[in-house]
Amino acid sequence: MDTIFIAIFSVTSIGIACAVLLCIASKVMYVKVDERVAAIQGCLPGSNCGACGYPGCNGYAEALITDLEVKTNLCTPGGSMVVEELSKIMGVEGGIISKKLAVIHCLGDCEVQQMKMDYTGIKTCYAATEVFGGQGACTYGCLGYGDCKIACPSDAICIENNLAKINSNCTGCGLCVKACPNKIITIEENFNAPVVMCQNHEKGGAVRKKCSKGCIACTKCVRECPVTAITMEDSLAVIDPEKCNNCGHCIEICMTKCIKAVV
Amino acid sequence: MSFEGLIIIMVSAAIVNNLVLIQFLGICPFLGVSKDMKSATGMGLAVLFVMFFATLVTWPIQMFLLEPNGLGYLQTIVFVLIIAALVQFIEIVLKRYIPALHVSLGVYLPLMTTNCALFAVTLMNVQKGYSLIESVVNSVGAGLGFLLAMTLFSAIRKHIENSDPPECFKGAPLTLIAAAILSISFFGFSGVIENLFG
Repeated sequence: MDTIFIAIFSVTSIGIACAVLLCIASKVMYVKVDERVAAIQGCLPGSNCGACGYPGCNGYAEALITDLEVKTNLCTPGGSMVVEELSKIMGVEGGIISKKLAVIHCLGDCEVQQMKMDYTGIKTCYAATEVFGGQGACTYGCLGYGDCKIACPSDAICIENNLAKINSNCTGCGLCVKACPNKIITIEENFNAPVVMCQNHEKGGAVRKKCSKGCIACTKCVRECPVTAITMEDSLAVIDPEKCNNCGHCIEICMTKCIKAVV
Repeated sequence: MSFEGLIIIMVSAAIVNNLVLIQFLGICPFLGVSKDMKSATGMGLAVLFVMFFATLVTWPIQMFLLEPNGLGYLQTIVFVLIIAALVQFIEIVLKRYIPALHVSLGVYLPLMTTNCALFAVTLMNVQKGYSLIESVVNSVGAGLGFLLAMTLFSAIRKHIENSDPPECFKGAPLTLIAAAILSISFFGFSGVIENLFG
């Protein structure tokens, strides 16, 4: 009988000794954490997307506390709600947050684009670009293997008919922009101008052979734009959002229907 | 113990008797945290770090506290208790004095409290009757072996992710098969110690 009591007693006493030591250690080596850090972390979305430019929500919270120059309106996914809360915690003016959306500048799904080969290699966009620019005839457009979809933290990209599409979940964090090997994704702000949904810089005839929805550089939009906001740069229409009055005329007259409104 | 003896212990613990690949200990972090190289190395370094301190603490407790009082059979439960407390203590100390290390290793430390690889090393040190120096060398060797296994396997998994296997092998099955093949390759080291130093 004694043995079991000795065992119980010794294990319990070792346990208590450990507990006491840990208690003392946590009191002696207490690190004062600014309580605002926890409060800020609480109201940030917590998806660690990096849209603010800091490594995760935690990094942004610490940057806000340590550097007073850091603005409270950097969290695009959180929107104006988060900006208000952050400003309240920090005791500063909030500033306006602009709504951002990612736009994929390509309409070339497998129905409109010609294929030049049957690609059976590694199924990522990055790998496909290394093999003659992917299986599609157009080497500027969307490859459709979804590198952007993998990078997206908010499930806002889906692949339909070999073409990536952005849905309403998009927060404009910009992670897909970095993931796309062909650099066809941009982040659009304010949406006061239509966008050209093509990135092909080849001459009209060459584009026409490859894809029925590409910009063929016909310059019709340049000539008909009432405020001359459109220019032709390297065989691709470019819309200047500063000049554009968002009349929508170019969307209607575009020969290949490759100019679209953002929303 | 001669210097040569220590080298043998170190090589044996790190490669020939590799914790994960030969003794099949610590399989859960090996499969769970090996998805990318950065977290795998972080986990490996954290195990190495804690293993060193755990040996420094548990060996004296076994030799000077448990054995003299005839309580050697309690080592299992006492070591679990001590290691759990030690990990907490290390976390507090790191947070206070080396914040940079706490940021990089901190997330892995709670996983360490019930890590079987860590626990097995401290028990093996006692079972094999090692002195304190031998125990520490054995632990560091075992930790290096764990780090090696984690890093190797995370690199293998990266290649697996880029491959296009048949549907039935996707995910866990292929990961387990790869782990088995890596383990078989490490069995090739058995006998190295006897033939080199024996």
